[in-house]
Amino acid sequence: MLGLNKRDFTLLLIVIALAGLAPFLLNPFPEGSAMAQFNAGYPDLMQKFVIYGIFAIGFNILFGLTGYLSFGHAAFLGVGSYSCVWMFKLLGYNVMPGILLSILTSGIFAYLIGVVSLRRSGIYFSILTLAFAQMSFALAYSVLSNPKFNLTNGETGLQVYSNDPQWLHSADKPDLPHLFGLSMRATHEMQLGAWEFQFNVGYYLCAVIMVAAFYLSIRIFRSPFGMMLRAVKSNNTRMYYTGLNARPYTLAAFVISGMYAGLAGGLLSAVDPLAGAERMQWTASGEVVLMTILGGTGTLIGPVLGSGLIKYFENIFSKINDSVLHSWFSFLPDGMEDFMVTIVHPFVGKGWHLTLGALFVLIVIFLPGGLVQGGQKIRGLFTGRTEAEQAAADANQSTPAE
Amino acid sequence: MDAIILQILNGLDKGSAYALIALGLTLIFGTLGVVNFAHGAIFMLGAFCAVTLSKILTLSYLTIDETQVDFLGNPLKVKTPYVEHWFGQDVGAALIDWAVPLAILFSIPVMIAIGVIMERGLIKHFYKRPHADQILVTFGLAIVLQEIVKYYFGANPIPTPAPDMFRGSFDFSTFLGFEPNSVIYPIWRLIYFAFSALIIGAVFAFLQFTTFGMVVRAGMADRETVGLLGINIDRKFTIMFGIAAAVAGLAGVMYAPINAPNYHMGMDFLVLSFVVVVVGGMGSLPGAVAAGFLLGILESFASTTWATTTIPGINQIIIYLVAIIILLTRPRGLMGKKGVMED
Amino acid sequence: MGILEVKNVNKRFGGLQALGNVNLSIRENTVHAIIGPNGAGKSTLLNVLIGKLIPDTGSVMFDGQSVLGRQSYEICQMGISRVFQTPEIFGDLTVLENMMIPIFARRDGAFQMNVIGAATNEKTIIEQAEHVLESLNMADKRYFHSASMSRGDKRRLEIGMCLSQNPRLLLLDEPTAGMARADTNNTIDLLKQIKDERDITIAIIEHDMHVVFSLAERITVLAQGSPLVEDTPDKIKGHPKVREAYLGESA
Repeated sequence: MLGLNKRDFTLLLIVIALAGLAPFLLNPFPEGSAMAQFNAGYPDLMQKFVIYGIFAIGFNILFGLTGYLSFGHAAFLGVGSYSCVWMFKLLGYNVMPGILLSILTSGIFAYLIGVVSLRRSGIYFSILTLAFAQMSFALAYSVLSNPKFNLTNGETGLQVYSNDPQWLHSADKPDLPHLFGLSMRATHEMQLGAWEFQFNVGYYLCAVIMVAAFYLSIRIFRSPFGMMLRAVKSNNTRMYYTGLNARPYTLAAFVISGMYAGLAGGLLSAVDPLAGAERMQWTASGEVVLMTILGGTGTLIGPVLGSGLIKYFENIFSKINDSVLHSWFSFLPDGMEDFMVTIVHPFVGKGWHLTLGALFVLIVIFLPGGLVQGGQKIRGLFTGRTEAEQAAADANQSTPAE
Repeated sequence: MDAIILQILNGLDKGSAYALIALGLTLIFGTLGVVNFAHGAIFMLGAFCAVTLSKILTLSYLTIDETQVDFLGNPLKVKTPYVEHWFGQDVGAALIDWAVPLAILFSIPVMIAIGVIMERGLIKHFYKRPHADQILVTFGLAIVLQEIVKYYFGANPIPTPAPDMFRGSFDFSTFLGFEPNSVIYPIWRLIYFAFSALIIGAVFAFLQFTTFGMVVRAGMADRETVGLLGINIDRKFTIMFGIAAAVAGLAGVMYAPINAPNYHMGMDFLVLSFVVVVVGGMGSLPGAVAAGFLLGILESFASTTWATTTIPGINQIIIYLVAIIILLTRPRGLMGKKGVMED
Repeated sequence: MGILEVKNVNKRFGGLQALGNVNLSIRENTVHAIIGPNGAGKSTLLNVLIGKLIPDTGSVMFDGQSVLGRQSYEICQMGISRVFQTPEIFGDLTVLENMMIPIFARRDGAFQMNVIGAATNEKTIIEQAEHVLESLNMADKRYFHSASMSRGDKRRLEIGMCLSQNPRLLLLDEPTAGMARADTNNTIDLLKQIKDERDITIAIIEHDMHVVFSLAERITVLAQGSPLVEDTPDKIKGHPKVREAYLGESA
């Protein structure tokens, strides 16, 4: 189907189902119940799930296939965001030109950075990309924001003002990002008993794009090009002694993954027309790395799972405050309760980044293969097969895959 | 001419910090083969050693002076630091005033301990893992460290002044035969530079003239062979990690009066120090030091009003631009050795 | 005039003369072995032959073109394939994928880097790769994770990968190092078969005299960085200088 083998097609169907039914799946708890705080089925958060999913899928094309660890991918996200807002300012609030331009500019940007960074591999490459990202951040934050030449609007962030030209804007169109007149914020609410589900235009646009991005990534993974990239990761020496210069391949992967990041950045602006430099900071680059390794580097579904989990936990953890903690541990004796609250407190609320860092360390130590590999291990326990046998069996089912 | 000398002097303090951090990075990379993304966090912890000591020294108790009133008409509350209570007012006040230099003594054991715990507890297990894993785990560690500091010290910079007698500026002009007040330079920065030079000299001397240093240098050249000689190289490398941590920590302690420490100063310096290491040449200690000072001075020239009005914000990106140019022309860096981190 | 001509090559490392005035000519369609005691300069010579190391003086010409200073992929595109001491294969990939990559790299008789072109004829590439695997008796292992195979199988795969590109010169660096006896014999048989079936020049650097004397048609003996003698295996066996420098010690 669609040029995919059976397993990959099933995977695609699962992702489509997850994305399509997300408003139901993410709101399992009735409105007003104590558990409702764990619901995630509202537009803002669901949009983040799929947008960061795209970002991580793209990152995985580079890191998962070639093994080149970029620490500067947030730069492309930021470039995409700025491009999209500029389209809003110049042309009007239709998101299509903005999204297309964000893919294009981030692609060009990725090419320029890639040409320089890919001259070296390994650690050098990581450091170079990190340096480029920090430079882009400095550019966006201050250099390109001065009275003479204001491209990024510095600290305030780039946004649309009423005196912007917006050449294509007409009075009948909404004064907010829209897709050919359909506002990104339009939300249909559905009441089912105690449950409430929200269907948001912005979310579904992002979800459709995410599914397309996911499909493309499967095709890349299964293509000869993907095989070449895995060969680069596996053994660069043999690659060169096979008469192949690896650089055009890695550069192509770098640009593709930069374009994915740009697309994600464009979508971030499309659902909320404000672009700030903080999107380019190294923490954002680190976050996408974590999403990918949490899910499973080099696996298809891993980045989608990883980004969803991270964004979900970010949201939930940030909401927890001391009174919530006290209610959780209220079953303990008083002294113990306070003690537990003191221990957990630094990790929640504003301390989300501490949790993120700790998670980073723990995953790299204990689960370097991510959730997907963890799942395979558990599956192995039940079927009594080792991982190698499992992999061999998997390989036998699909043709030249895995 | 005087302006040029002034800018060179201005670049020395940042250059010293870059050089010290880059030196530690190179030592760790050369001996252990690990790129330590947490090294900036160690620098930051050093600065917070100074903050902590000055906080400890100023721990105070309150007494109420009935004879005086504050501006609201309430009896005046007088804060008295415990150290003044214990050692008398003069000695106590001097101790508080000298918190930063005292923090040097305080930080050396603390930083060595932190370094050794880091190496034994975490990084040791990553020698055989891919470089990507090493980067990721130290990166995570850096986030954890800086978030812990943020949790206890808050997000705002904490001013930590130098001792009173070093707070002024020094006028170089008459020495150099210029008009008075054309080349004035804060004394503390001068001390910082001298201190850094001392540490750099000490590290080099240590590597050059001690047996320990000889083994470490041999280990940097060829780790496996030294291991075969029956020398317990791992233990030596642990100590090396502790030393590198102490160097970065001291750089941080002394930097506290120059820029009020905040929790993310480590990462800001780390990225630039990496650039310094890459420009100097991966694995080359003299390269790291030279490139550190070079880039620090370049940055200071780019920060002059003339430069920033010609190209706005050039001071923020000059280091990266130079790094790109150098990498395009000399891929191995200024003093890089062949075979270090090559395909 | 040989296919590979090494002329007046000198290489110094600091105070050590690694190669001293090496002249070597490898004739087309022969199996040429280069032997010598440890430290004789075999590895240095090999690195010079594949352009990885640039000699201080002298030239290395392959089929009339200099190989010096070229990138490794360019050397390979000239028609030189290299088999490493430890098999260099794509360990994370399956055996079939390993075989597909060199075929992709060299299709229709020329090296093509075009990614999109590669996507269109994947089926024929798979067929060709399976064909090569069959000729290596490895067809049943095609979905194996290649890193999990035995050393002998890895070597077999590596040689197969090199041959699938139809090189004119195959360089082997101690192809049986670290192998069990059975694997060694299998490798010798495979190389004999290649020699019989194809028009190919093989240069082999080897320690194991059993391998050398079962395969080589000509042998160059290196000692202290310079060629001592070059002759047929029978003559080399009885050569007094060689006995003194090399065989005398090992026998």
